[in-house]
Amino acid sequence: MTTTFQPNARGYYGEFGGAFIPEMLYPNVEELREQYLQILADPEYQAEYQQLLRDYVGRPTPLFEAKRLSARYNTRIYLKREDLCHTGAHKVNNTVGQILLARRLGKTRIIAETGAGQHGVATATVCALMGMECIVYMGKTDTERQRPNVERMRLLGAKVVAVTSGSQTLKDATNEAIRDWIGNPVDTHYIIGSVVGPHPYPDLVARLQSVISEEMRKQLLEKVGRELPDYVVACVGGGSNAAGAFYHFLDEPSVQLVAVEAAGHGIHSGHSAATSVLGTPGIIHGSRTLLMQDEHGQITEPYSLSAGLDYPGIGPLHAHLGASGRARFISIEDEQALKAVAELSRLEGIIPALETAHALAALGQLGAGPDEVVVINLSGRGDKDLETYMKYADQLK
Amino acid sequence: MTNRIQKAFEQKGQNLLNVYFTAGYPKLQDTVPLIQALTTAGADLIEIGMPFSDPLADGPVIQQSSSVALANGMNLYVLFEQLKDIRQQVPDTPLLLMGYLNPIMQFGMENFCREAAAAGVDGLILPDLPLVEYEQEYQAIFKQYNLQPVFLITPQTAPERIRHMDTLTDAFLYLVSGPGTTGSANTQEAGTQEAYFERIAAMNLRNPRLIGFGIGDKASFQRASQYAHGAIIGSAFIRALEDTADAPQAAQKFVSSILS
Repeated sequence: MTTTFQPNARGYYGEFGGAFIPEMLYPNVEELREQYLQILADPEYQAEYQQLLRDYVGRPTPLFEAKRLSARYNTRIYLKREDLCHTGAHKVNNTVGQILLARRLGKTRIIAETGAGQHGVATATVCALMGMECIVYMGKTDTERQRPNVERMRLLGAKVVAVTSGSQTLKDATNEAIRDWIGNPVDTHYIIGSVVGPHPYPDLVARLQSVISEEMRKQLLEKVGRELPDYVVACVGGGSNAAGAFYHFLDEPSVQLVAVEAAGHGIHSGHSAATSVLGTPGIIHGSRTLLMQDEHGQITEPYSLSAGLDYPGIGPLHAHLGASGRARFISIEDEQALKAVAELSRLEGIIPALETAHALAALGQLGAGPDEVVVINLSGRGDKDLETYMKYADQLK
Repeated sequence: MTNRIQKAFEQKGQNLLNVYFTAGYPKLQDTVPLIQALTTAGADLIEIGMPFSDPLADGPVIQQSSSVALANGMNLYVLFEQLKDIRQQVPDTPLLLMGYLNPIMQFGMENFCREAAAAGVDGLILPDLPLVEYEQEYQAIFKQYNLQPVFLITPQTAPERIRHMDTLTDAFLYLVSGPGTTGSANTQEAGTQEAYFERIAAMNLRNPRLIGFGIGDKASFQRASQYAHGAIIGSAFIRALEDTADAPQAAQKFVSSILS
């Protein structure tokens, strides 16, 4: 594969990326930067990673031809079933890879941030598996609206810290995780859950999630007779499932990459998380990327009904895909996402996560023809959102 | 040419007290009265914090003061307006601006440096501006406006990296006392911190050294000053301003308690 969309030595994708970190984090991040490619390429590491993906996560995940949904949109729709991964979402692909990496770096303590709790659960899971100490930072607001995931993490032996600084959501949980790392530079590895943060994290997480598109190519060849679909569609908060779904198609210009953001109550309603539209270049969590901020460079609070998409930035890879025109960005409002939840549930018998439903809701806007192949990355299942779905039962009829 | 920071170190030599406060805290208009009060009370350098919504290197006290300052309406335009005549009131005390890169990027780095220099600011402490980015992107602008960068050093910073930082500034080196954000207590094993301070002192660097993070009273100030040219106090001073109606008076009292 060529390297058009790979980061350069300083971690830049075009004008986005880099590592804007305080000196206190420099040795940790530098250690990771120096070693991650070597470790990821090590045959022993790969053997262990692949075995866990197969026997523990349950990979490869199926590529399912959604016939009734296809008929509804008059195109050929395939669902990449990441919702069938252990713990219910794609997040675990990354945490399995990073915990093996952490062990090779000699780290004994794991920290993570989480919004909806999916990444926290996936981290707590692999820490239990490896017998490692696990501390998950979660905004206090999120601990209240995602209580089942808090209990899951505790059951798995993790310590969940409710973050009370700032707006008490994902952005602040990430701040607190970074502050923890500043305070524990020697024994701790920080498992970031998305393609955000200082270099090399965006690249590391994208590589660990790239198994999604690697499998898609093989499965498409088998099912459709060609490796390349016409569209790959994924939702974007920070952008880890999209990065994994796009990865092996980045340098295939015939494949349209579609990133779907959360527009909340509407892009210009003041309650939105559509960073590609509302964001401007700046620095968040150690990376130069697009982020939602006021005219003075203070980071503003995004909104989406889905806790997994209300992050005020997007990964630098996605900022670059948008700026270069390689990916098309679509914004979906809460209400449209809820309709898509109902639609997939009724037509295919699959209840998607609210985040994933944003990708599904973009189907009507793609303009895909009857013979074209659309792959939707079904990033997570809807169990965690049941309370929300009960609350909005009227809109789900 | 000797800058104000160098002069301050030359004149006093030892036990220099650098006090940090967040601009616009506790009240929006407290910035200038606080600089005056700190100077009168005997602070040797003053670090003016530019509040940011997401201050990664700061502990809860400075986070809170930043939130209050932002809610009070502080921003870079207001700050530079407040500072425009500061050198008529405080001619000699070195003034440094401390803050994060994002608000500066939105203001524009060159605009920012021009305004800072016009106000009579001597140095900049930008913890999330990494060395490599500084050298490649901003060093020329800093030099053009005679602004000294202040680099942070931690127990994990490699000696060759410290030596390199030492060549890039004519101010001082900021020794972070141990792992943790601003205001954190020292939890290291006995002797660890001293060994680190002594190791850096033995490097015979060209710039003087100030120790910061976790310094908060007379005892910790004096202890730190044994290993460096002085120390930096931030969170403890912000706490002293918390419930006061008269910030300048609280500043006087606080500095006296350290230096008496």
